[in-house]
Amino acid sequence: MDAARATTYPLRRREVVSSLLFDRGELLVIAGLGAPAWDATAAGDSPLTFPLWGAMGGASSMGLGLAIARPERRVLVLTGDGEMLMGMGSLATVAALAPGNLAIAVLDNERYGETGMQPTHTAGTTDLAAIAAAAGIPVTGTAHDAQGLKRALSDLRGAVGPVFYAIKVRAEELPLALPPRDGVWLKDRFRTALLGDGAST
Amino acid sequence: MTGADWRRDIFQALVDLDVRQVAFVPDAGHTRLIEMCCDDSRIVTVPLTTEEEGVALLAGAWLGGQRGALLMQSSGVGNCINMLTLVKSCRFPALIIVAMRGQWGETNPWQMAMGQATTESLRLMGVVSIDADRAEEVGAAVKAAGDMAFNGAGGAAVLLSQRLIGAKVFED
Repeated sequence: MDAARATTYPLRRREVVSSLLFDRGELLVIAGLGAPAWDATAAGDSPLTFPLWGAMGGASSMGLGLAIARPERRVLVLTGDGEMLMGMGSLATVAALAPGNLAIAVLDNERYGETGMQPTHTAGTTDLAAIAAAAGIPVTGTAHDAQGLKRALSDLRGAVGPVFYAIKVRAEELPLALPPRDGVWLKDRFRTALLGDGAST
Repeated sequence: MTGADWRRDIFQALVDLDVRQVAFVPDAGHTRLIEMCCDDSRIVTVPLTTEEEGVALLAGAWLGGQRGALLMQSSGVGNCINMLTLVKSCRFPALIIVAMRGQWGETNPWQMAMGQATTESLRLMGVVSIDADRAEEVGAAVKAAGDMAFNGAGGAAVLLSQRLIGAKVFED
């Protein structure tokens, strides 16, 4: 465990997420609870982003269901290391189904950011990208710096998936950028934007 | 749906409900249903590592305009509790078909705890349950639960009783 190292990582999460969502076009986004949801909101709230305020561990599975339902659309799951650790089995399920349109980006600051910045297992020996690769996800990697991020962005937005990247980001506390909280509204907003006005019936 | 082949009646109800994703952690009581779903090109079957993945998967499917169903054993209901936040807070549909253990004729005492807590656990997280004890009512129960779930009620579960399925026999 090296709890200090993440405080000096060069990549900053808000800039990373802005890059991931730049010119997002048809991209469908699931944002895991806590900081990834705030990052996605800071980059610009969208009806086609579903931010989670709970259901920890479910972001990748939610992305999988969406990717199966809409094979013609790219689906990006933005989540954190704590959230991913809670749902690690879902990486095996993603690999088993292997949807080419699903990409998972873990913003890995090696912290539980909403509860006091306690270290997660990725501050120790746990390597999420290696776990994803061992689960059978064909395109995986870890980005540590600008060069690594460039490759991650290219794969996450364009490679035939499923794609998984751990993006090592600085452990830092940032101003909150909160998305809407009403889950029923968020769900209906997403479906109406994707499926049209008849979606809520 | 005469009940002569209640497993096929469930499958037919899922087809009639336009269910396109069927996620499961296997139970012996679901074996034939899983096989029928795997053999049907209209349905994507999703084997899970834990049942809670399925709750989130069905929510994602719904965001994308597809209906799903989740098959599990009663012990799996306990694994789903926090993920059912998606049903209670967002009113995502969840059609859940539970093969019951820990009731009628159970010989594994470790199944009793979750089996006896299934209905109440689901209720606490906003999922209504329909008990299916007789073969001839199973298909209609699944259709009814699906109609409830997909028309805004959120979570609806059909509990296939151990009396219907047959209690598991352990032989040395």
